[in-house]
Amino acid sequence: MSEIIVMIMSTIGALFVLSTALAMYRNRDVYLRVNVTTKTATLGLGLILGAAMVFFSEYSVTTRVLATILFVGLTAPIGGHMLARAAYINKIERWEGMKIDDLEGQYDREKNILHSEDRKIKPKPSKADDKPAPEK
Amino acid sequence: MTIVDYYNYVIIPILGLSVILVFIRFLKGPSLADRVISLDMLILMAIGIIVVYSIIYNQSTFLDIAMLFALIAFLGTVAFAYYLEERGKRDE
Repeated sequence: MSEIIVMIMSTIGALFVLSTALAMYRNRDVYLRVNVTTKTATLGLGLILGAAMVFFSEYSVTTRVLATILFVGLTAPIGGHMLARAAYINKIERWEGMKIDDLEGQYDREKNILHSEDRKIKPKPSKADDKPAPEK
Repeated sequence: MTIVDYYNYVIIPILGLSVILVFIRFLKGPSLADRVISLDMLILMAIGIIVVYSIIYNQSTFLDIAMLFALIAFLGTVAFAYYLEERGKRDE
């Protein structure tokens, strides 16, 4: 009985990892791709690690697996957020279908502060418009 | 069909295919942030493969290495993100 539960959990987790890998391959933008890793970390890895927890069913393995799930689930979204912020500061080219930019005018590029309230900082007309070429 | 056969013939090929897809993005990725995020996801999938092997060989000590990989993935991503952000600020 527990083998069937292990098989079902690991199958769903592996299919979820495959779908996020496909999204990683096909998405058009850094900001869309950053989204994907957090899904792999939380649901896909959570189900695979949970399958190991059900399979071994010992106290030592259960505590280790729960610590790993907690650590990965906490740190992968933080890393994704930091990377997306770095990509936004570097002005990496966006997909042209992305129409709304909520951070526009909130980031003071001279003092390097990101305001949360509505500031409407005027971007420099000459420098802000031409985006740098994507790096090799 | 035992659980070892199922893991060998179904789960490992699915995870291997996803590793290949993410590795293509790692090679193609137009910007540096693409490469960093796909490297992060490669390490996360390596954690999954280590857990699957620990179930196949019935060795629960492999899970320690999975935990270590989680630590390394977080440290590497944060270091690369900090470096990218500082470089972007300096270039202004």
